[in-house]
Amino acid sequence: MKVLAAMSGGVDSSVMAARMVDAGHEVTGVHLALSKTSSVPGSRGCCTLDDARDARRVADKLDIPFYVWDLSEQFQEEVMNNFLEEYSAGNTPNPCLRCNEKIKFLALLDRALDLGFDAVATGHYAQIFEGPLGKELHRAIDPEKDQSYVLGMLEPWQLEHALFPLGGDTKGQIRIEAESRGLLTAKKPDSHDICFIPDGDTAAFLRRKLGDQPGEIIDVETGKVIAEHEGAFGYTIGQRRGLDLRVPATDGKPRYVVDVDINARKVFVGSPALLDVDQIIGVRPTWTNAPITDQPVQCHAQVRAHGEPVPASAKMVGEDLVVDLQENIRGLATGQGIVLFEGTRVIGSATVERTRRVVRT
Amino acid sequence: MHRAVPSLFVTDRSYLDHAATTRMLPEVRERWLEVSQLVGNPSSLHDSGRRTRRIVEEARESIAADLVTRPSSVIFTSGGTESDNLAVKGLFWAGEARGKSGVIASAIEHHGVLDPVTWLGEHERAKVLWVGVDAVGRVDLEEVNASLATGDIALVTIMWANNEVGTVQPVFELAALCRSYGVSFHTDAVQVLGQLPMNLDELGATAVTITAHKVGGPFGVGSLILDPDTKPTPILHGGGHEREIRSGTLDAAGIAGFAVAVHLAVKNQRDFAQRVQGLRNDLIARVLAEVPAAQLNGEPDLIGNLRLPANAHFTFANCEGDALLLLLDAAGIDCSTGSACTAGIPEPSHVLLAMGAEAKASRGSLRFSLGRDSKIADVDRLLEVLPGVVERASRAGSVRSRA
Repeated sequence: MKVLAAMSGGVDSSVMAARMVDAGHEVTGVHLALSKTSSVPGSRGCCTLDDARDARRVADKLDIPFYVWDLSEQFQEEVMNNFLEEYSAGNTPNPCLRCNEKIKFLALLDRALDLGFDAVATGHYAQIFEGPLGKELHRAIDPEKDQSYVLGMLEPWQLEHALFPLGGDTKGQIRIEAESRGLLTAKKPDSHDICFIPDGDTAAFLRRKLGDQPGEIIDVETGKVIAEHEGAFGYTIGQRRGLDLRVPATDGKPRYVVDVDINARKVFVGSPALLDVDQIIGVRPTWTNAPITDQPVQCHAQVRAHGEPVPASAKMVGEDLVVDLQENIRGLATGQGIVLFEGTRVIGSATVERTRRVVRT
Repeated sequence: MHRAVPSLFVTDRSYLDHAATTRMLPEVRERWLEVSQLVGNPSSLHDSGRRTRRIVEEARESIAADLVTRPSSVIFTSGGTESDNLAVKGLFWAGEARGKSGVIASAIEHHGVLDPVTWLGEHERAKVLWVGVDAVGRVDLEEVNASLATGDIALVTIMWANNEVGTVQPVFELAALCRSYGVSFHTDAVQVLGQLPMNLDELGATAVTITAHKVGGPFGVGSLILDPDTKPTPILHGGGHEREIRSGTLDAAGIAGFAVAVHLAVKNQRDFAQRVQGLRNDLIARVLAEVPAAQLNGEPDLIGNLRLPANAHFTFANCEGDALLLLLDAAGIDCSTGSACTAGIPEPSHVLLAMGAEAKASRGSLRFSLGRDSKIADVDRLLEVLPGVVERASRAGSVRSRA
């Protein structure tokens, strides 16, 4: 096959590209330039000058053609602007999910197919198997690294042309393999952060981009204003750290963000019991294979990249995906992605529009 | 540490990117290796130093003779970009000391000139007057004249021929015009050496940029041919090796190789131009006949000296240049979307934009540039794949949305 290998310059995509070459594919390496100004000092993201250079040097070693493709405009538009818009609207988006959806498996995949490639391969930890109804997307075997959640929005046409050659191994095995192959990226640290927020301080990033929008932090139990904030967008439902509350709670227990009203610039805090959610309404559903219908399906729901899946029953009601949780989920912000699993198989995904709290305030 | 990739030196390519760089000549390589064995620093006063210095001075005389100028005009540099920077910044600062703050430059300059001119405007309060070009990429003498008439101009810098579309500029007229105003005139002639006759005495410019690797010399050596009575402000300080204008230990082996390359380029210019122009014209005729989406950019007169003889430059409707490049690359053909850019990130061509092309069209262009070892077989191979490549790239170039 003619395979386009998306090479970030990290250890995973380096091994991925090497494996694709070993498998006998005709491999071309591409590094995506996602930012015009790609040299953020100390950055551990996936688009620094070092990363582009590392990707190029791995391609040299594998003796495959290599290009840098500028997708910075699409990334700015589809991922960064969307990130800010969603936070401004009081939602908590997942930019990695969005990047996979709009950049890697849309802009990049489209272009690859148009240029005559048969597939795009990435270093994601996930697995694709041939099933009775076509390609199936499954969890990686390494639960620590499993990235099936951020790929949960892939649709059949995308899975048809996607390759994830690392999903059957653990990260430890991949590092050992990188080492034994002599790849210069073998010892590079993992990137955990959002690539355009290299210091990991999302609240500070949002304040820089959106400006200060001061408001009140209110204790829902007493109704009293107990602190001030510099921007409600910096708070996410379920957040406990960084609240800097001076007034202790009546029960002496830690308080959590239980609600955010962006328009009124109000952040509500309260006991964690208020965070428990037993039903999720998702919009814009996508299916990896056969869709869920109005007949309830027993499955597992996951709402964060490394969150625990909880047993649930899911069905479609009109345009909405309704997920009844059999175990409560604590602290779920709107805008997050919900991904449904049947065992290790991804059924599909949706964007969290509303939730139902167990304790109504 | 060093381990060569086996395939690094074994290629079966049709190399159609000689304007980016061209293969080192065997005569150059021989001389280069020979001189590289010497020990003396050309600035040293002892015998070993004098021997190396003698080689540098002989190279200077050889280049001066070939280009019809005085040996004292030849300032050795690290190549085109340094020569351009020295001329642009150095002549601006020298002019500024005499109360002149204007710089006139064409909008289609190579980045080696474009960027220092822009920098002077942004950081040194230079008053930059950009001169536009017509649809074939040629500057208008009248516009330059009108800009000169605004007064207090320190420098005019306009390239001899454009590196992307190959359009030759009226540099003899421009040099004369600048002389009549008493204004310094610099021209970047990197693309012209070996392609067109080059008589610098006849030209009468203040400064001319040339570089070795475009004519089969080594990378990293070039020259600013500078009027001996002109003293630009140096940009590199330390030692003052070259007329107190350019510092840095001279690369004697590179310079010796450079002189051989210049000599052969000038000696063979006529034959080279004639042969390569015929091949180029064949390429253009066949591309236009077989690829309906192709449009030739630049000077349409392919016979005279108005266009570089080895240059062919096309826009392919509804295609992106980097998609075309990738597909041709995979088919064994090396070409360029314009001037090679360091970051590897394609930008719309400022040259095509200045010629009036739309931003989208200015991304969908390719340059094919022929050289000494180009053969009809290379053109055949290109035409074998180009129609299919353009067809495929036009599909990739069209904006599609998948729900």
